[in-house]
Amino acid sequence: MSSRREWLLAETPGSRMQARLGQAYLRWLSFRENPLALAGLGLVLLLVAIAVLAPWLSPHSPLEQDLARRLLPPGSGSLLGTDELGRDISSRILYGARTTLVIVALVIVLVAPVGLAVGTVAGYAGGFVDGALMRVTDVFLAFPRLILALAFVSAIGPGLINAIVAIACTAWPPYARIARAETLTIKNSEFIAAARLQGASPLRIIWSHVVPLCTSSLVVRVTLDMAGIILTAAGLGFLGLGAQPPLPEWGAMISSGRKFVLDQWWVATMPGIAIFVVSLGFNLLGDGLRDVLDPKQT
Amino acid sequence: MTSPLLTVEGLRVSFPTRTRVVEAVRGIGFTVGREKVGLVGESGSGKSMTGRAIVGLVPPPGKVTAGRLMLGDVDVLRASARKMREVRGRRVSMVLQDPRFSLNPVLTVGAQIAESYRAHERVPRAKARDRALEMLRAVRIRDPERVHDAYPHELSGGMGQRVMIAMMLAPDPDLLIADEPTSALDATVQMQVLAILDDLVTRRGMGLLFISHDLRLVGAFCDRVLVMYGGRIVETLAAADLERAAHPYTRGLLAALPSLGRAGEPLPVLERDPAWLEDQR
Amino acid sequence: MIEVENLRVRFGRGKGAVEAVRGLSFAVKERETFGLVGESGSGKSTVLRALCGLVRDFEGTIRVASEAQRRTRTDEFHRLVQMVFQDPFGSLHPRHTVDRILGEPIAIQRLGNADLRIARALFEVGLGPSFRFRYPHQLSGGQRQRVSIARALIVEPRILLLDEPTSALDVSVQAEILNLLMRLRRERALTTILVSHNLAVVGHLCDRLLVMNAGRAVEEMTAEDLRTGAPREEYTQALLRASEGYRRL
Repeated sequence: MSSRREWLLAETPGSRMQARLGQAYLRWLSFRENPLALAGLGLVLLLVAIAVLAPWLSPHSPLEQDLARRLLPPGSGSLLGTDELGRDISSRILYGARTTLVIVALVIVLVAPVGLAVGTVAGYAGGFVDGALMRVTDVFLAFPRLILALAFVSAIGPGLINAIVAIACTAWPPYARIARAETLTIKNSEFIAAARLQGASPLRIIWSHVVPLCTSSLVVRVTLDMAGIILTAAGLGFLGLGAQPPLPEWGAMISSGRKFVLDQWWVATMPGIAIFVVSLGFNLLGDGLRDVLDPKQT
Repeated sequence: MTSPLLTVEGLRVSFPTRTRVVEAVRGIGFTVGREKVGLVGESGSGKSMTGRAIVGLVPPPGKVTAGRLMLGDVDVLRASARKMREVRGRRVSMVLQDPRFSLNPVLTVGAQIAESYRAHERVPRAKARDRALEMLRAVRIRDPERVHDAYPHELSGGMGQRVMIAMMLAPDPDLLIADEPTSALDATVQMQVLAILDDLVTRRGMGLLFISHDLRLVGAFCDRVLVMYGGRIVETLAAADLERAAHPYTRGLLAALPSLGRAGEPLPVLERDPAWLEDQR
Repeated sequence: MIEVENLRVRFGRGKGAVEAVRGLSFAVKERETFGLVGESGSGKSTVLRALCGLVRDFEGTIRVASEAQRRTRTDEFHRLVQMVFQDPFGSLHPRHTVDRILGEPIAIQRLGNADLRIARALFEVGLGPSFRFRYPHQLSGGQRQRVSIARALIVEPRILLLDEPTSALDVSVQAEILNLLMRLRRERALTTILVSHNLAVVGHLCDRLLVMNAGRAVEEMTAEDLRTGAPREEYTQALLRASEGYRRL
């Protein structure tokens, strides 16, 4: 153990891999000192674990209806109670973690690279390219996110994947903005001048010199925004435009519980708590990552 | 020389990091009277931290301990925050390296000088303005009226540093600590600023602690030179005796300077002896 | 090797335009070390940046190895001319290891044999193999400047441009870097242009020098003239006096 630690913290790494792992380990050491960030990481890992293990963890099927056992309160044979069709809410929440995770993963995959590409190219190229790309970004930024997503979904039809595409279309502009701002400060530094003097092409400079410095602030921002993305997805679900029944999705679950919120409060509250906890987890993780990754502080 | 303006004994400044405690200053002692004392060392020698410790401006998580740290009769380590605010300005002032970072960009020069003055003495605005103009004249600024109403970004580097000096001298301190006050300036401007500093300090009978990396400059400008290495003072000598320095570090620093006299030859390289870091006493 | 004729560089347009270089001419012979001296705002760094292609818009003629240079430069130009920057903290990519920093020019110029070249370059600037996988923040200022020099020399250029290479360094480290530059210049038969505000450094390293003020040439002289203290112009004399240190009134 101690020898592995020494290997990671070596002042003179012997290989590329060791140097990279050493840096990662140093980051982990400083991340570890922030208990709230660790809690956030814990919550996010818990979400992943639940999503993976949902079939084994849930006591019932999330889809199985039992109309004799409608709207039972928590505890009465069902951990978190049952909904209006007699489905076990705890099972639906556990399976709902899968839906949430799919949304999170797909949005990251769609949004981050697009924002990064648009922002770095606009920032580095400047001039006409910059103007054109940024005006497109401004157009997207001018609409409230949920309204724009609504418009997209109503155009391409409801459904989980369409909801994700709609969210992704509305989520990339802020990342383009961040990446562009970072690129503008990086562009004038001497190490970029040195790369130009070596004859590096603009694409090479963007990819191997600019992008690595933009990613950390982008990772932080994506993590912090994740709560908002989950909420938007839940909002679309709530409006009936996201995941379609009977697929368990937290927002849609709240929506269906709305009708009974005064008498059978648990139907809407339990998925609400799940959304709250996961959003909190991503926010705490994002805050912790910001402290560790922010290049301005290193 | 009467009682010293500054007495330092056993001063230590340390910064705890995750793995160990980094000692920036490791037990140094000296006094400054009404004279010009140069504190010379390379980066990492602890010279700047020494200056900051004296005015109580060591950034966290740095810790300052000392046997004695006295500004005249005020004990800096035990003084209250209020007392220290009074001491800063009246007893001691500090000029930093780059005027671009130490002047407030959104206030006019005059307002900043007046501010530093009015913090210590309640005077009407008009009087503060007169005083500010007088200070600008004292640092040989040709058209003080214009500079008084100018913003820092409208000034050149040399002009900015003169304004800094004017600002620091406005409350009439006994001791001025100047941390690399001319390093960011062109050589010819540097000489002008030094001449102003020299003149003011001599005429007002102030003490000056001049912190610099430039041994030759300090040797020519100051009365006494303290040479720092690795958080310690390795040699103290009269500026006039600089060429006869005994410590190998001081000699090495002098020899490493390129000079027009022996151009083209390889420069003697300073060999650092680990023994210099150990206790001498 | 390098000829500059009537060089003009203007920044900005219209009323706010600043003319940084106002008609400058000089020539540097092969294997010569030429100094450009001046105070801040004299335009000396701009001359260097126009020479290497970082400043694209200039008027006048720049000829390097008998070829007139335009806005964009060829790959051969980048193999011929390299530069070392002033700030050892800003000129190395903060997230790249030394290995990656030195590997980039090899990859860009498709030189091949990267492992061997990197090891040799590190050795030549006096850094052992233990430095190869470190990040810039794990190096001292002097070590970083050695990496910068290694990066410039790894493509085996014949012309080396130095922009205040030692002004951010301690005196003892400056001596080491100056010695290193002198050795490499001799071993590699480099043609060098050194930009500095420090007359002693320029006098130490250069054969000839050009004193600049406000974008114009004040006077061109040999280092020998400087040593014997025979500058003709008053401006140069003032610089020389200031460089000799403070004199009490």
